[in-house]
Amino acid sequence: MTRKTRRLWIVIACLACISSAAALTLRAFSSNIVFFMAPSQVKANPPSPARTIRLGGMVMAGSLHRITENGAPVNSFNVTDGQAAVEVHYTGILPDLFREGQSVVALGTVQKDGGFTASEVLAKHDETYMPKEVADELKRTGKWDPRFGKAPDAASWDTMTAKKAGG
Amino acid sequence: MFGPEQGHFALALACVLALIQFVVPLWGAHKRNARLVALAPFLAVSQLLALAISFFSLIMCAVHDDFSVQNVAANSAASKPLLYKITGVWGNHEGSVLLWTLILGVCGAAVAAFGRNLPDILRGRVLAVLGGVSAGFQLFCLLTSNPFDRVFPAPMDGQGMNPLLQDPGLAFHPPILYTGYVGFAVPFAFAVAALLEGRVDAAWGRWVRPWAVAAWCFLTCGIALGSWWSYYVLGWGGYWFWDPVENASLIPWLTGTALVHSAIVVEKREGLKIWTVLLAIATFSFSLSGTFLVRSGILNSVHAFANDPARGVFILGLLALVIGGSLALFAWRAPSLTSGGLFSPVSREGSLVLNNILLCSICAVVVTGTMYPPFMQLLAGRTISVGKPFFDAATIPLTIPLLLAMGVGTALPWKRAQLARTFSHLFVAAIIAAVGLVLCFWKFSGALPIACGALAIWVMAASVTDILRRVGLGHSSMSEMLARSRNLPRSSWGAALAHIGAGITVLGLCGMSGAQHAIVEIHVGETRSLAGDDWTLLNVHDYAGPNYRAMQADIAIRHNGRLITTLHPEKRDFTTQNQTTTEVAIHTNFITDLYGVVGDRHGTGADATYVLRLHRNPLAPWMWLGGLVMAIGGAFSLSDRRLRVGAPKRAATRNMAQA
Repeated sequence: MTRKTRRLWIVIACLACISSAAALTLRAFSSNIVFFMAPSQVKANPPSPARTIRLGGMVMAGSLHRITENGAPVNSFNVTDGQAAVEVHYTGILPDLFREGQSVVALGTVQKDGGFTASEVLAKHDETYMPKEVADELKRTGKWDPRFGKAPDAASWDTMTAKKAGG
Repeated sequence: MFGPEQGHFALALACVLALIQFVVPLWGAHKRNARLVALAPFLAVSQLLALAISFFSLIMCAVHDDFSVQNVAANSAASKPLLYKITGVWGNHEGSVLLWTLILGVCGAAVAAFGRNLPDILRGRVLAVLGGVSAGFQLFCLLTSNPFDRVFPAPMDGQGMNPLLQDPGLAFHPPILYTGYVGFAVPFAFAVAALLEGRVDAAWGRWVRPWAVAAWCFLTCGIALGSWWSYYVLGWGGYWFWDPVENASLIPWLTGTALVHSAIVVEKREGLKIWTVLLAIATFSFSLSGTFLVRSGILNSVHAFANDPARGVFILGLLALVIGGSLALFAWRAPSLTSGGLFSPVSREGSLVLNNILLCSICAVVVTGTMYPPFMQLLAGRTISVGKPFFDAATIPLTIPLLLAMGVGTALPWKRAQLARTFSHLFVAAIIAAVGLVLCFWKFSGALPIACGALAIWVMAASVTDILRRVGLGHSSMSEMLARSRNLPRSSWGAALAHIGAGITVLGLCGMSGAQHAIVEIHVGETRSLAGDDWTLLNVHDYAGPNYRAMQADIAIRHNGRLITTLHPEKRDFTTQNQTTTEVAIHTNFITDLYGVVGDRHGTGADATYVLRLHRNPLAPWMWLGGLVMAIGGAFSLSDRRLRVGAPKRAATRNMAQA
C-alpha cells in the first residue's frame, strides 16, 4: 500500500460520505422545511393542507375558549398580526407562558375551512421577549417602529390587536 | 473585602495579567529567552487567583442581597433560596461570561500545574494562546457586560430569577457544559503552539489527548444534563428539540469526538497529524461560535439572554480574530508538517479515519440545518425553520454506518488487518447482535429504531467480547485472566466503557421512539388508561411554597389492579414574576418512565375538571445513563494517561528519596 493509494482510499471514503450527507440533507430539506407565515399571508394565499407551517402573531384578547372533545381538551384562539386573524385549534396543554395578548408561534397545518390545526404551540420562556418573526411582522405591518422606542408593553397588545383585527 | 469594586478591580487585574501571559511567553519563545517563557505558569496561576477573587466577590454580592449591583438587582430577590442565589450568579449573561473566563483561567492553571513534563517552550506557547483567548473574553466582560455595575438608587428588592431556572439540574448544567466548551481551548492552544513550532509528533498527540478527553467528558455530561433538564422541567416529555442552542453544543461534541479518536492515531502511529490539528482548531471554533450564537440572539432560542448589538459586534470581532487567526496560521504552517506512517484501509487507522469522516459528515449536516434558516432570512428574507423531522431524516442514516464501524474498529489491529481473523473475533458479537435484532423487532416499531437498536447491541457486544478476548477468556486460567485484565491499559477499558455508553444512549433513543402519551380532561376520581396502565386522579389540593403558590394533583397508576405508584405533579404560580411553571412527576424503574403533568383547572367545586398529560416513556433514563457511562469511560482512559505520562518523573523522585 503506497501513500498514493492510501490517499485515494481516503478521498473515496470522504466523497462517499459527503455526497451521501449532501443527498440526505437536500432530501430532508425538500420535505421538511417549515415556512413561517403571518395570519394575513395565510389569508391571502392559504398553503395546502399537507404542508406544515409555523404561524406566528399575537393571541387576540378574549378569543381563547376551551371545549372537551372525547375527553381531551381542545383550545381555540385567534392569532392576529393586526391585519387578519386565523383561528387556531390545539389539543393539549398550552405552554405556561401562553397568554392572551402576547405573542405565540404555532406549528401545524391550515385546514380547508381556513382554520389552523396546531400540533405544537410555543410561547417564549421570557415573557418580555417577542419571537423575532413576530417582531419583524409587526414592523412590516407598521404596528411597531423600532426607531420610536421599544416594542409596546405586552399588556397593550390586547387592545391594540383586538380592535384592529376584529374588523 | 469582597465587594463589587474589589471584584471589578480583580477582573481588570486578571485581564492585564492575561494580556501579559499572551505577549511575554510568545516573545520569549521567539527570542529563545527561557526566563520570559518560564513566566507563563506563574502568570496563569496569578490570573486564576484574580479571577477567583472576582467571581467570589460576585457570589458574595448575590448572597448578601446587594441590590445596588445592577446584575444582582435584575436577577435575584431577597426571598430566593440561598442555593439559587449562588447558582443564579451564572444564570444570566454577565455572570455566565465571568464563569466562562474563570473556567478558562482554571484550564490555564491546570496546564501550568500538570504540564510540568512538557517542553518549556511548548508549555509557554500553549499558556500564551490560552492567555490571549482569556484576555479577549475578559475585555468583553469588562467593556460590554460588566457584572459589577452599580445602580442608583438601589432598589429595595431584586426582580427575581426566572423560576424555570430555579432548579438543581439547571444550576449545575452551565458550569459543566462550559467546562466542556472551554476545555477544548487547551487542545486548541496545543494546536496553535504546534503550528508555531512547526512540529507535531507522537509526544504532542500524547500530551494533547488527555485534555481533549477531559473536555469531551465534561461536554458529554453537560449535554446529557441539559437534555435531562428539558425532559423533567419543560414538561413536554421531550428530551431534545434540535433547538439552535442544543445544536451549538452538539456540533463541538461531534468534532470533539472525532478529535479524541484522531489524536489516538497521532499518538500511536504519527498519522493524521494535520487533520488532528485542524480538528482541534475547529472544535474550539465551534465551541466559541456556540457561545456567540447563544449570547448574540442571532439565532432565536429560549436560551438567549440578551439582544444587545454592541455585544454581538464585540463577540463577532473576537470570533473573527481567534478563528480567522488560527485558520490563517494553519494555512501558512500546516504544509510544513510531515505526514506519518502508512496503513491499509482495513486497519485500526482506517476505521478511525472512517469514524472521523462520518462524524464530520453528521456535523456538517447539523451545521447546515442550524445555519440555513438564518442565512435564508438574511439573503432571501423568508423566515423558515427546520426541526426534528429534518434532523432525524438527515442524521440517522449517517449514524448507522458509524455504529457499524464502532463495533468493527476496536477489533482491528493497527496497520493492516486480516479479514478472516477479524471476522472470527467478531463472530460472537454478531450472533448477539442477531439475537438483539429479533428482540428489537419484538419491542420497537419502525425500521430505523429496529436497525439502530440492533446496532447499539452490536456495539456493546463487540466492546465486551473485545475486552474478554484480550483478557484471554476461553484459553487461560482464572488467575491468568485477572492478571491480564490488570495489565490491560486503562484506556482500553475506557474506550470499551465509552462505546458501551454510546450503545446505551442509542438504545434509549430507540426506546423513546415508542413513547406514548395522552392528554385528558377529567374530574377527580375518574380513570383513564394509557398503554395498559390505569391512571386515576385521586385528589387535587392547593398549597403555598416559599415564593410561589402551587396546585398539586395526586395520580395513582395501576397495572391490572396492582398499584405501581402515586405521582404528585404540580403547577406553580410565581407571583413576583407573574409566571407559572410545571413540576413534572416521574416514576422510573430504569426500564420505563411514567411521566405525569397537571395543567389547567376548569370550573369550580365538585364540577371542576383538570387537564392532565400522561406519558409512558420506554427506556428514557438510558439516554442520560449512556451519557454518564461515556463520560466515566473517558475518565477511566484519563487515569491511564496520567499514570503513563507522569510515571518517569515519579520513578525518578522515588529513587532520589531512596538514595
